[in-house]
Amino acid sequence: MSMSNRPVSDERVAWLRQVRREKTAVNITKIGLLVGLFVLWEVAARAGWIDPFITSQPTRVIATLHNLWSRGELMHHLLVTTGEAVAGFLSGTILGTLIAILLWCSSFLCKVLEPYLVVLNSLPKIALGPIFIVWIGAGPFAIVVITLTISIVVTILEVLNGFLATDTEKIRLVQTFGAGKLTTLRKVVLPANVPTILASLKINVGMSWVGVIVGEFLISKAGLGYLIVYGSQVFQLDLVMASVVILATVAAAMYFCIQYFEQKISRRRGIG
Amino acid sequence: MNQLLRVDHLSMRYQSAEGEIDAIDDVSFSVSDGEFVSVIGPSGCGKSTMLSLIAGLMKPSGGEIKIETQKAPKDALGYMLQKDCLFEWRTIRQNVTLGLEIRGIMSKENLEYADQLLSTYGLYDFRDSYPDRLSGGMRQRCALIRTLVARPEILLLDEPFSALDYQTRLAVSDDIYTIIRREKKTAVMVTHDISEAVSMSDRVIVLTKRPATVKSEHVITFAGGRISPIACREHEEFKDYFNHIWRDIDVHV
Repeated sequence: MSMSNRPVSDERVAWLRQVRREKTAVNITKIGLLVGLFVLWEVAARAGWIDPFITSQPTRVIATLHNLWSRGELMHHLLVTTGEAVAGFLSGTILGTLIAILLWCSSFLCKVLEPYLVVLNSLPKIALGPIFIVWIGAGPFAIVVITLTISIVVTILEVLNGFLATDTEKIRLVQTFGAGKLTTLRKVVLPANVPTILASLKINVGMSWVGVIVGEFLISKAGLGYLIVYGSQVFQLDLVMASVVILATVAAAMYFCIQYFEQKISRRRGIG
Repeated sequence: MNQLLRVDHLSMRYQSAEGEIDAIDDVSFSVSDGEFVSVIGPSGCGKSTMLSLIAGLMKPSGGEIKIETQKAPKDALGYMLQKDCLFEWRTIRQNVTLGLEIRGIMSKENLEYADQLLSTYGLYDFRDSYPDRLSGGMRQRCALIRTLVARPEILLLDEPFSALDYQTRLAVSDDIYTIIRREKKTAVMVTHDISEAVSMSDRVIVLTKRPATVKSEHVITFAGGRISPIACREHEEFKDYFNHIWRDIDVHV
């Protein structure tokens, strides 16, 4: 920073103020949009422009949440769904990475399995849901398996592509030091692909929610997905909306957790 | 002087779907202890293949490579590649000790040697930084230290400066040359740059186009003894060597 020694010019002060002002404007509008939508929703319901019986309204959503909370149900459903989602995306990412490692180690296996992976990737995995329920039984484990199936194929393909795209010069370098396949994997291929694995973790978080909610739709025993289906069947839109709001909140929270984790790791590795 | 490396009637033939490719055909030469030898030839003539063969990364189709040292041949060789290949997720110190780690010789003595090399060549203050903090020249120096830390007796340099721009290249080749001479290492450098070969080496071996054979050998001496690569580019004899070698290389445009 060669400019830091100079006294701050008026232009710079003005520029900095301009940047700060723009940032504040974006932030206020961001939050204002959300608040505005909720207010509009409430006003529209009270004024009778929309029918709160089928659209619900923010105050009724809050009342429902409070009701669920005081009966201790909210925590129960929330924990079930979050647990399934975390189990699903973690196992999907870990298993997917392990399979990618196996395929990297054996180019024979890789060539054999490639068409299968491509077909599996284009197949909507949700279609397999009923099969898993029949095989495993209608419980949380089946939901985790459905979630895992959604994320695993993408993980394998993404991570394997990352592995295969590892700088060949770097691989050659460790080979000149006498590294075998396993050492090459440990010293170059895996560390070079930590960003790839983290990126697939991020994609999998989003996908795991799809798997969990669909699984709960099908099994309908507990969880936010169950509340949504149940609420719509008994025409309690307050319950449906409340569940969706909770779902959006935890999904966002989980995404930001992963993002935080990713930034921490890349900072420790001296990147970014 | 005793011969450290002998390449004896070396030949290499590749198999590919299109057919057989003769890369190297009956190449023989030797390198003495402390000598700096450059191998030069037209692009794609199999120079890099030859280094890979010497390094034991590939098996030759014919001929022999003899390395006369106490150590196992693999440990006696140090390889420096075109790119610096520093690992961006490792600190400078961790990068430099990579070879020790892979060979399982992270002894206190070796680690001290690594620190000593880092401080001799001005990288000690950066030891806990990541490679993105280094300039192109420092990165190349770091790559050379990584090779030297494993205490090789022969350095194999595979076009080590070709990824750098021209100005940096002159400065870095001077720098690397000084370090190699100072550490009294034997070096075999593959290059396609005639000026680079003449300015750095004791001897230049010119290869023909594929399949590569030895076309000629030029012993490089300057009146007044060895001088730094940049200084020797201004020497009168420099252009004579350049022209001789230029005539020997089959360049087809």
